[in-house]
Amino acid sequence: MSLLKIEGLGKSYTADKQILKNVNFEIKAGEFVSIIGPSGAGKSTMLRCINRMVEFNEGKIIFNHQDVGSLNNKELRKLRTNIGMVFQHYNLVPRLTVIENVLHGRFGYKTTLQGVLGRYTEEEKERAFYLLEKLGIHEHAYKRCDQLSGGQQQRVGICRALIQEPKLILCDEPIASLDPSSSKVIMDHLKSISTEMGITCLVNLHQVEVAQHYSDHIIGLNKGEVVFRGEGSELSAEQIQKIYETNTKDLIIE
Amino acid sequence: MEASYIRRTKDGRIHIKSGSKGDQVVRWTLIILLVLTVVGFLLFNYTGLELGSAIAETAYNLKVMFLEPTLSHFDLGEAVYQVGITLGLAFLATIIGAIIAFFLSLMVATNLAPAWVSRIIRIFVAVIRAVPTVLWVLIFAISAGLGSEAAVLGMLFHSIAYLVKAFSEGFEEVDKGIFEALKSSGANWWHIVRSGVIPTTLTYLLSWVFLRFEINFGVAVAMGAAAGAGGIGFELFMASGFYFDLREVGFITYSILIIAFLLEVISTRLKRRYFPATSN
Amino acid sequence: MNEKAMRKSRWQTVIFLLIIIVLTYLSSAITRFNFVEGMATIPEAIGWIFSNLMVTQESMDKLPKILEKLAETIFMSIAATTIAAVISLFLGLFGSKTTKVNNFLSVFARFIASVSRNIPVVAWSLVLLLSFGQNSVTGFLALFIGTVGFLTRAFIESIDEASQSSVEALTATGATYLQIVSKAVIPQCLPQILSWVLFMVETNIRNATLVGILTGTGIGYTFDVYYKMLNYNAVALVTLCIVITVIIVDLISNYVRKVIL
Repeated sequence: MSLLKIEGLGKSYTADKQILKNVNFEIKAGEFVSIIGPSGAGKSTMLRCINRMVEFNEGKIIFNHQDVGSLNNKELRKLRTNIGMVFQHYNLVPRLTVIENVLHGRFGYKTTLQGVLGRYTEEEKERAFYLLEKLGIHEHAYKRCDQLSGGQQQRVGICRALIQEPKLILCDEPIASLDPSSSKVIMDHLKSISTEMGITCLVNLHQVEVAQHYSDHIIGLNKGEVVFRGEGSELSAEQIQKIYETNTKDLIIE
Repeated sequence: MEASYIRRTKDGRIHIKSGSKGDQVVRWTLIILLVLTVVGFLLFNYTGLELGSAIAETAYNLKVMFLEPTLSHFDLGEAVYQVGITLGLAFLATIIGAIIAFFLSLMVATNLAPAWVSRIIRIFVAVIRAVPTVLWVLIFAISAGLGSEAAVLGMLFHSIAYLVKAFSEGFEEVDKGIFEALKSSGANWWHIVRSGVIPTTLTYLLSWVFLRFEINFGVAVAMGAAAGAGGIGFELFMASGFYFDLREVGFITYSILIIAFLLEVISTRLKRRYFPATSN
Repeated sequence: MNEKAMRKSRWQTVIFLLIIIVLTYLSSAITRFNFVEGMATIPEAIGWIFSNLMVTQESMDKLPKILEKLAETIFMSIAATTIAAVISLFLGLFGSKTTKVNNFLSVFARFIASVSRNIPVVAWSLVLLLSFGQNSVTGFLALFIGTVGFLTRAFIESIDEASQSSVEALTATGATYLQIVSKAVIPQCLPQILSWVLFMVETNIRNATLVGILTGTGIGYTFDVYYKMLNYNAVALVTLCIVITVIIVDLISNYVRKVIL
């Protein structure tokens, strides 16, 4: 059963420059899918169209049997609670504690007033601690986020996404600002989220080998067009060349 | 089993704030400011105030000022000349201030001067800054006589204080490597300043000088009048306090506004160009 | 740097210096500023300050009255700053790129800020004086208007700088505008905002002196009265009181800034 279906998606900011052109793909529930491609290929825009952080011009996105493009504000908010998001720069509120940042993920389920007053139920707080423990950063719960390392901050970001109880998590370059060992920790956590919790993951990556190692499926994007779809093992040197428009040996593969 | 890392209140609810010193200070600062504001309103002297009619009248006055500006006691040429005087006062205070501030800040920058010299000058500058500009101007007006000298000298003090702070911070950010390279080549202190510090900070210094000029224009409007040096501020004072001519007040306000807008546009550009981090 | 470029940059420096000298000359001419005379008065003025601006026993008798007026000025400055900060916070949120509600309000906020800042506080004082009369409210309003302009610009910059990324993240969780503002933007900017507010309290105490002279309120009025009576000992005491107040406020705000930033 497909959780996310994208048909003929197109996006342009100005008339002459098309960021995304006729993108089609489908993702099944529980899958781990990576999008790879050079910088400027439209990976970030692609991801942001799915929860309409960016409004798209053409095509159709069906998420969980809902037509994303036709939702009104209230329905859009509801949709976003079902889609978690993890960012390259973590996008936490640096001055607030780790636990507060995690609890921010619950806003979608609250009335404005509850959110403004910061009313969280004890179950929500327990759940937040459970998630922090699962990702191994519970000791830092009362620290300010700007006191944590990049890898730790990213784990807080993942907790914030998980506490939304989402069906899908969108990860925009989650390891691009991290060192190799933190990157591995983060990717392992993301993988276990999809296998153990059954949450679908759609991840933008720029490291081909990481994508091959972790993903069920890979989508290759170049200049806004899908140029590859398949399993990691099917990705040949020629296809990598097609995605990146260079020889494999010219790429630094981590 | 209860995990020890969860902090709870007495009734078992989980804390989510860290309760750090910073948070406490923020909260108390806010509370104190709020209390002082309320107390302030209670203590104010409301003699002769009829709020309703005052607001209505001010609204009417503003309407007359901004919608029907005219000149009646002097002509356009005179207005331009008076704006020129105000600009001139601001320029003189800025340029003289910049020269003095440059030498002082060489003695304040911690990487160029000994700590004790830097400290003494900093305290000196803080005291000078604590005296309002208008008091400096009035004090100079008695001791040096009325006129542009009192206005410029009075404005000089705050210009110097402001620029010393900006300049010395700029000098302190000069790359250490430049110092080492010059020192190892046998350069003396003045050489280091001349060929290391000045070339790397010049545009930065000039931008700050311009920003101060923008501020000084606003200051000069009032100070020209206070020191008897003339300028557009004096005309403003006459129009509102002597002739009660709101249309003329409006015209003068517009002329000040136009110059201020121009200066602001230029300084925003300068900021964007030279301090991209602070102005986005 | 090659020789040609060096010669060009030398020419630029010369031209730049020439422009400055011409402008300085023009400014001196139009304001009838005599450079030599001006500089010569400095030692004279300092001598005058030390021989006349002395606090005497007689002037100390006026201290209670001066302190009362000083308190009025301090309260006026704080009240004007806090109320202005509340208004500016809304204008700042509307004006900032990351938290704006719509383009109209954004332009409106920036316009209000620009006009109220660029019209000097003298002009506001004089206009308000016409209908509000000689009382604290006039001084309060004059300070308030200028402060709104300054703080709005400062807040817009603080909000822009601090919140872009977390606003995006919270929007993606389905949070509403008010939730995002109250739980991400404000907590992140609050220390910076407070720092600006404290700076403005200090600035306003100094500005209140000028406003006080113009509107006949607070310590500025006291100064003006003694100044016109040529009672320089009392003038000295008033000045000293202002200096001490500003320095104390400065020390407090430096401490707060150090802890919260």
